[in-house]
Amino acid sequence: MTIAEQTRGGGRRSARLLRGADTVGRFLLVIFLTYLGLLAVTFFIGRVIPIDPVLAVVGDRAPEHVIQRVREEMGLNKPLWEQFFIYCRKVLQGDFGTSVLTSNPVMQDIRRAFPATIELATLGTIMGAGLGVPLGVWAAVRRGGVADQLVRVMGLIGYSVPIFWLGLMGLLVFYARLGWVGGPGRIDVAYEYSLTPVTGFMLLDTAIAGEWEAFGNAFSHLILPASLLGYFSLAYISRMTRSFMLNELNQEYVIAARAKGLTETRIIWRHALRNAMVPLVTVIALSYAGLLEGSVLTETVFAWPGLGLYITNSLQNADMNAVLGGTIVVGSIFIGLNLLSDILYRLLDPRTKTR
Amino acid sequence: MNGPSVADMLVVDDLRVAFPNREGGMTEAVRGVSFRLGRERLGIVGESGSGKSQTGRAILGLTAPEGRVTANRMEFDGIDLLHSSARQRRALRGGRIAMVLQDPKFSLNPVMSIGDQIVETLDAHARVSRREARDRALETLRQVQIDNPERVFDLYPHEVSGGMGQRAMIAMMLIADPDLLIADEPTSALDVTVQLQLLAILDRLVTDRGMGLVFISHDLRLVSTFCDRILVMYAGKVVEELSAGGLQDAQHPYTRGLVNCLPRLGEHRHPLPTLDRRPEWAL
Repeated sequence: MTIAEQTRGGGRRSARLLRGADTVGRFLLVIFLTYLGLLAVTFFIGRVIPIDPVLAVVGDRAPEHVIQRVREEMGLNKPLWEQFFIYCRKVLQGDFGTSVLTSNPVMQDIRRAFPATIELATLGTIMGAGLGVPLGVWAAVRRGGVADQLVRVMGLIGYSVPIFWLGLMGLLVFYARLGWVGGPGRIDVAYEYSLTPVTGFMLLDTAIAGEWEAFGNAFSHLILPASLLGYFSLAYISRMTRSFMLNELNQEYVIAARAKGLTETRIIWRHALRNAMVPLVTVIALSYAGLLEGSVLTETVFAWPGLGLYITNSLQNADMNAVLGGTIVVGSIFIGLNLLSDILYRLLDPRTKTR
Repeated sequence: MNGPSVADMLVVDDLRVAFPNREGGMTEAVRGVSFRLGRERLGIVGESGSGKSQTGRAILGLTAPEGRVTANRMEFDGIDLLHSSARQRRALRGGRIAMVLQDPKFSLNPVMSIGDQIVETLDAHARVSRREARDRALETLRQVQIDNPERVFDLYPHEVSGGMGQRAMIAMMLIADPDLLIADEPTSALDVTVQLQLLAILDRLVTDRGMGLVFISHDLRLVSTFCDRILVMYAGKVVEELSAGGLQDAQHPYTRGLVNCLPRLGEHRHPLPTLDRRPEWAL
């Protein structure tokens, strides 16, 4: 390598670093703006809904001077921009106020409800993506064949049958009749009070405590609702995989790969799917985010004390702090997972690095 | 070099390729093409839709699954290409018959490094260690006149120019030492100056390795300077077979029309000649 080439190489490297810093900076700016928007929207909703937060606390028979005092305590007499500023500061400190319904800090409630939802959503997504991607690939490869029709019908059922009905039927068959799985709730009552919550995740907590019987029990409670959510996301993920794969299988590089004498297996999984994974990552991440939001129907049918159930209950009881707190958590999940899929996208597609 | 050395490495007799059409019938894209090929350069010329690419793909068994390929005979080195198993065909592809496609922008996998794509061909046909595979890939890159193969090895297809990409494509197809190369418009997507460079590289490799070449192109002049023999295709049929030097002796009116349309330096023709396409030629 000549000296000229070396310096050119060095310039290239520092240019790459600069571009990297630029990308990170842009990422941070986007997150900041999105978050600001999220806070503005939740703040705005909190002000325009026809629920007076003061009345919600003191009741509608309190004397005028009490109402006035509480209003001042809550800072509602201050100018709007200052209220927004205070609101943002509190949210960033993890202070969403107190829930009227449970009289706990909202953050504490969410911290209890969220792990239940995470457990459900994560297992559901693992099942949905783990099965949905291969099924979609299979359908695309056997396009128009029996396999394709089979996957199509499976997906159609997943889309169109109401999940609460499937949940009830699942409970009836696998819990009530066959006794293969645990019933509603996260764990049998017998174990529930002997367990000290460490992480809030049943599977982790029982494993940490070394209570393998309880672990098995928690798993048997989790498996049915998680399978239902998994089936639901499988329906979506397999359809998307199929269409991305069909697009890739029509590309010239697939013909080139065949001309090289590669096996079909390698062409499908190493070449076509590797390209299809680029947009698929976003699909899977957003489907995961959708499940993390909490699936109210599933959580209701299975008496699962998750985020969806918490937000819905709070909404029905006009518990605004809880609703807004929940909304911010859900919004943060979407921002976080979007960011994650953006990063994965960059890792999977070399073309995004130099652009 | 082992393998077939005399004429008739490839025998194609009455090759027909048909695809289902909208009326529910089959439309023939290739309608009875026959030729024999030794270790020589055969050019196939024709306009878009004349069936020249489909002929090349049928030889490799790369016709789209809905297409139907029939022939009296289609043999490579005594191996029946029509009735060989999927495994046999796979061993031939890339190993003994390779194909260079038109545009490296689309024919290279965008998410795989160039080196990996070259090594992959060798892996499919030979038992080699990683180290050995890499060395041979670098050597092949050098043979297609890439000066710094170590750097190019790790690059992705979008990071190289069209000419460089096509050279990588040739390296990818030649690394397993095939006997026959089918080049389907290998230079059409490139700049004119790069075209000539690439042809020179291809020319040398084919000569050095003593390979057979089927050069598919719509460019009559290019083919006539590059090949020993030319098949002129029109509407799925071979209308004329010429030796490269005998362009002026062409008999068929379609070929004559093509030759007549070639521009010559310093000449002023008004109006410019146009191609005549008579329906009876397609019969």
